[in-house]
Amino acid sequence: MRYERPATMKQAAALLGKEKGKAFVLAGGTDLLVRLRTGFIEPDLVVDIKRIAATRTIEAVAGGFKIGAAVSCAELGEHAKLKKAWPGVVEAANLIGSKQVQGRCTIAGNLCNASPAADSVPALIAAAAKAVIVGPKGKRTVPVEQVPTAPGRTSLKKGEIIESIVLPKRPPRSGDAYLRFIPRTEMDIAVVGVGVSITLDGKGVCTDARVSLGAVAPTVLLVPEAAKALIGTKMDRNALDALAAACSAACRPIDDKRGTREFRVKVAGVLARRAAQIARKRAGGK
Amino acid sequence: MSGIHVTTKINGDVVEYVCEADETLLDVLRNRLGLTGAKEGCSTGDCGACSVTVDGRLTCSCLVLGAEADGAEIGTIEGMADGEKLHPLQRKFLEHAALQCGICTPGILVAAKALLEKNPKPTETDVRFGLAGNLCRCTGYDKIVRAVMDAAQEMRRA
Repeated sequence: MRYERPATMKQAAALLGKEKGKAFVLAGGTDLLVRLRTGFIEPDLVVDIKRIAATRTIEAVAGGFKIGAAVSCAELGEHAKLKKAWPGVVEAANLIGSKQVQGRCTIAGNLCNASPAADSVPALIAAAAKAVIVGPKGKRTVPVEQVPTAPGRTSLKKGEIIESIVLPKRPPRSGDAYLRFIPRTEMDIAVVGVGVSITLDGKGVCTDARVSLGAVAPTVLLVPEAAKALIGTKMDRNALDALAAACSAACRPIDDKRGTREFRVKVAGVLARRAAQIARKRAGGK
Repeated sequence: MSGIHVTTKINGDVVEYVCEADETLLDVLRNRLGLTGAKEGCSTGDCGACSVTVDGRLTCSCLVLGAEADGAEIGTIEGMADGEKLHPLQRKFLEHAALQCGICTPGILVAAKALLEKNPKPTETDVRFGLAGNLCRCTGYDKIVRAVMDAAQEMRRA
């Protein structure tokens, strides 16, 4: 195995693009190192992107935020403005692993690991986040929900790397939230995860919503029907019932040791309702 | 395979070593540098026995490559006491008998120190969540939590 630590995205993309063997990107390493040490992968090349300046900063861009691919989830939690604008994204990122893991793990890595149970991904999808991807053919920007394609698989092509994740500008009276179910209090993998982001008008009517579900399908889902259940309502009981029903209907879960199909379908609705209420409160809804 | 030359700072001292590309920082510390305070428990970032700080941030050294430490500042349990003088956390762990077999102790001390640097006045819940990444199979955690709370109180008075 070779270890390279390039100084620019261009060099990183070139190293990955021309590698004939198995090449992997290293940012936080909290997934990569586990797979490396357990022999699950045998890389010929590991490209560490942490020396690339663009991957290390949180920048205010066009009223939103551009979060470098190597910014740790702990750093997100320490960024007061980001936390204020996107509390749901930050709380999701700070549920990943332990304090030790949060000091290294990244939301771009969480996305590229392509686990259906990734905690930050439903929150990012609900937030309409975009991934800025750099590759041998230049830059492209895609909605984050287009990155994972199946468990452990992404739409990134050879030589492509995520440089940053962009969170859009927040309209007034907006709020987001992420909730997950785990049987423990900490340090566990989501049985179901729900991200909700909403915007209210001056009268408390929901004008925009995005709802995303984790761990209930092969990839994290964006659920437009669930958003439709909220838009145009004051998010009253009927609207929340419709939201819960739409979320349960969208689930295509597996049975596994963490939860049964039936349980996941039910809990997706319950958590969506609760997350929507938190998002509404954060948006200033009464 | 040619080794990678790394220059780093460990507990304030400049250290140089040569390691393989796929070698973890934990293996470098233990096998090349003789710093055996950090323990190997799970090797998957779950148990926290290998906890160190990298540029001031708490990390599992089993999830860091030795090569990544180039230019960084590493803090290990070996740098916690001031010569013969134990850190208040170390003293309180002894007073409260907050350890039995001791395998998890170095990692817990490093994690507790990092916790108190960020939060000098933690609640019991803060301590329990802050140390959730450090597994102990002997104590049942109560004595550890009490020792950390007591050390925090003493450090605030100092």
